[in-house]
Amino acid sequence: MFAEIQVHDFSQETLFERLRKDADTNHKGNVGAIVTFTGLVRDNNQSGRIEGIELEHYPEMTQAALEKLVQETSLRFSLRSAGVVHRVGRLLNDEQIVWVGCAAAHRQAAFDGASFLMDMLKQSVPLWKKELNQGESIWVKPKASDDDAALKWLK
Amino acid sequence: MKITIKTFAQTREITKTPSLELDVEEKATVASVMAKLQERDENWSLALDTSVLTACNHQLCEKDMVLCDGDEVAFFPPVTGG
Repeated sequence: MFAEIQVHDFSQETLFERLRKDADTNHKGNVGAIVTFTGLVRDNNQSGRIEGIELEHYPEMTQAALEKLVQETSLRFSLRSAGVVHRVGRLLNDEQIVWVGCAAAHRQAAFDGASFLMDMLKQSVPLWKKELNQGESIWVKPKASDDDAALKWLK
Repeated sequence: MKITIKTFAQTREITKTPSLELDVEEKATVASVMAKLQERDENWSLALDTSVLTACNHQLCEKDMVLCDGDEVAFFPPVTGG
C-alpha cells in the first residue's frame, strides 16, 4: 500500500507497476483485477473558464489521513493492494491532480475500492482547491453531490 | 496551559494567522477555545463559523473535545480535494 502527497507530476504507468508489484508480493496468481482512477484539472467551472488551480494542504494531517483511508479501503474491500498519490501546489489546466489504484481478486471489489477511496478522500482528507483566473483566485466550495457520494457508503 | 492553533485555506486568509500559541485554562475544550478566539476580533468571529472543521493533533475532532497541554488544534473549512 502507498499514500503520497507531492508537488511534482506522476506517471500512471509507474504507479500501476508499483501497485501490481505490491499486490503480487503476497498474492501472486490471485490478483484478478486492477482499477485505477486519475483526476485532471478541468479548464472551466460553473462560471466559465479558469487558468488552473492551487491546492493547499495540512502536511502532517493530510499524510496521516491518506494513509488511514488507504488502510480502511483495503480492509473494507479485501484488496490485494491500494495506493493513492495526490498533488499539491499550483496546477495548470489538464494537469493530473490525483491517482488512485486498487487491486483485488475480482473486479467488483477493485471498482468499489477505487470509488470509495475517491468519495471519502473528498470528505475527510485536508486538501483545499482554489481556482485561478486572470490574477484572481476563488476557493472551491464543497459540492452537495460529493456529500451524497460519501453518504451512500454509510447506508 | 499552552496550545498551538493552526488555520488553513479560507480560515487562514480571513484570520491572517496561520499559526499562534495560546494560553488557555485547564480542561479547555475546542469550543471554549473557539469562543476565546472569536472574542479577539471580527475576522476570527467570521472565520470560526458553524461550518468550520476542527482537528486536534492531526485528527478530526468534535468541538466538545477536552484539550491537553501542548495540543495542536486546527481550524479549516470543509475539504475540497480530489
